[in-house]
Amino acid sequence: MYTKQNFINIEPADLFNRVQDMKAEGYRLVQICCTTLKSGFEVLYSFDLDGELVSLRLDMPANTEIDSISKIYWPAFIYENEMKDLFGLKIRHIELDFGGHFFRVAEETPWAPKTKAEVE
Amino acid sequence: MSNTVKSPWVIHYDGSSCNGCDIEVLACLTPLYDVERFGIINTGNPKHADIFLVTGSVNEQNKNVVKQIYDQMPEPKVVAAIGICACTGGIFSECYNVLGGVDKVIPVDCYIPGCAARPEAIIDGVVKALGVLEQKRLAMKQGGNTPAAAEEEKEA
Amino acid sequence: MGKRTVIPFGPQHPVLPEPVHLDLVLDDEKVVDVIPSIGFVHRGLEKLVEIREYPEMVYVSERICGICSFGHGWGYSHAVEGLLNAEVPERAEYLRTIWHELSRIHSHLLWLGLLADGFGFESLFMHCWKLRETVLDLFEETTGGRVIFSVCRVGGVSRDMDKETLNKVVKTLRGMEKEIKELTDVFFEDYSVGNRLKGVGFITKEQAMELCAVGPVARGSGIRQDMRLSGPGIYNELGFEPIVFEEGDCWARCMVRIGELFQSIDLIEKAVEKIPEGDIIVPIKGVLPAGEAYMARLEQPRGEAIYYVRGQGTKFLERFRVRTPTCMNIPAMVKMLQGCDLADVPMMILTIDPCISCTER
Repeated sequence: MYTKQNFINIEPADLFNRVQDMKAEGYRLVQICCTTLKSGFEVLYSFDLDGELVSLRLDMPANTEIDSISKIYWPAFIYENEMKDLFGLKIRHIELDFGGHFFRVAEETPWAPKTKAEVE
Repeated sequence: MSNTVKSPWVIHYDGSSCNGCDIEVLACLTPLYDVERFGIINTGNPKHADIFLVTGSVNEQNKNVVKQIYDQMPEPKVVAAIGICACTGGIFSECYNVLGGVDKVIPVDCYIPGCAARPEAIIDGVVKALGVLEQKRLAMKQGGNTPAAAEEEKEA
Repeated sequence: MGKRTVIPFGPQHPVLPEPVHLDLVLDDEKVVDVIPSIGFVHRGLEKLVEIREYPEMVYVSERICGICSFGHGWGYSHAVEGLLNAEVPERAEYLRTIWHELSRIHSHLLWLGLLADGFGFESLFMHCWKLRETVLDLFEETTGGRVIFSVCRVGGVSRDMDKETLNKVVKTLRGMEKEIKELTDVFFEDYSVGNRLKGVGFITKEQAMELCAVGPVARGSGIRQDMRLSGPGIYNELGFEPIVFEEGDCWARCMVRIGELFQSIDLIEKAVEKIPEGDIIVPIKGVLPAGEAYMARLEQPRGEAIYYVRGQGTKFLERFRVRTPTCMNIPAMVKMLQGCDLADVPMMILTIDPCISCTER
């Protein structure tokens, strides 16, 4: 009853090309999800084709800048703005960039990794 | 005209609730519970309203919306906080984007607990709120300041 | 060419039960652009995993949304069970399916009411909500709660239904069927209802795919996409086949949901016939494996929902993420709204069945 989990590790620099391939193969964007790890961020891009779920996994240091995929999948702007607002992720060229005002939250980027000074 | 009772109109705003309490507020207005038979009508315009029903907790973003609706309502007015989130923040009180209960922003006259608050509890609470409304009306008639006005004076 | 005007729509608006804000850019009466802005209901509940152990998170998960509450509890539990590779008793899966389908009936009736209210047919709204109360009574009888049930646990469910209760559920639903039919005939046949819905908010199959639409929005545009075909539950044993309409307008989305009302009743009846005896919960202990992740998908009344969990070797999850259907349908809504008349805006917003508290968590 459990489905097989397909997570494919990729490099941040390959992201744009890999996503373009997914689009050409007819995949549907399912979601983008960011997780704060001790080493930085894990970003998952999930795609669906005929009920098969495939996720591209990025593991990267917190200050890495990545390309927006909203040129390929327009609906991605929702997730990218969300990650920008809540995690402080650096994303270039979002199609519909709210400039950090998509989610207006009480504390800025509440999910961003804490610096040493903040922990103490 | 002492034998006529006022038909209280309510306005409802959903703070950051999960919808559970909102739907129960609407359920009160629909056939099974049907508070409309008592003349209670849900209005969208704060200037028509006597009772302000708030569901869900307040946060940075909606706190001004809640305040604005409250300020636009004519005196006398009462506020009922519906559901545990509106009372204290409830299960979400520890979340980073939740300030807490509605009383952090505007004075609340009546707290209705429950997750989600049951329609019976909501109706009971609104009846309690009507009592408070009547007291405020009498106080205004006697020329005294309403509690809200008194508070504003104190702040000023 | 007329003057461009920006009309703010929401957060407190008569057709919206929930706060969402849209800036509608108008050229006379035509909407030319829409800028959505959310965050009024954002609580940040996903971050509660840091202070709540995984069995407790079920309760938080159920409170993501008060309409599709059971589904959220199930989706979360299924994801954690997948992470631990737990064997959930079959009877529990049947009971979950029954409750989930009951929730779907309640959600769709609620939505039909809101839609009727949206086009100014208030008595139809009242009728829909009156019928919905019958389903809520069933919830109360079987779980104890009207809105939030708290019967789902990691590893199964905490309440059983005996034979008598199960038969009563089916009997009550079959009794409702006639009334639902009378109600939905109005949506089918009434001239003025058709006038408000047919041809409004049209998106083609290609557009729906391009915009990654999910749930009834996708199925109303001819895409056979339903997580009940592959997700948790026992739908395959019940011979489930999604309801698809080709028209792609507000009317088609409405028809998909009406079809699902009757389909859910059939599914519940089949599940009650087939339900096996046995345990309803298995004890689940231990910590969540570090670095491992599971992504579960579930068909909510509004469409596909995603639950992603990641363990870190303790009783606390490292990450819990929910992606709800409305989130994925907002782009489709924005595209629908571009070029429509201002008076049709409420119809289009309603036919994606927005659930904002889900979206913002």
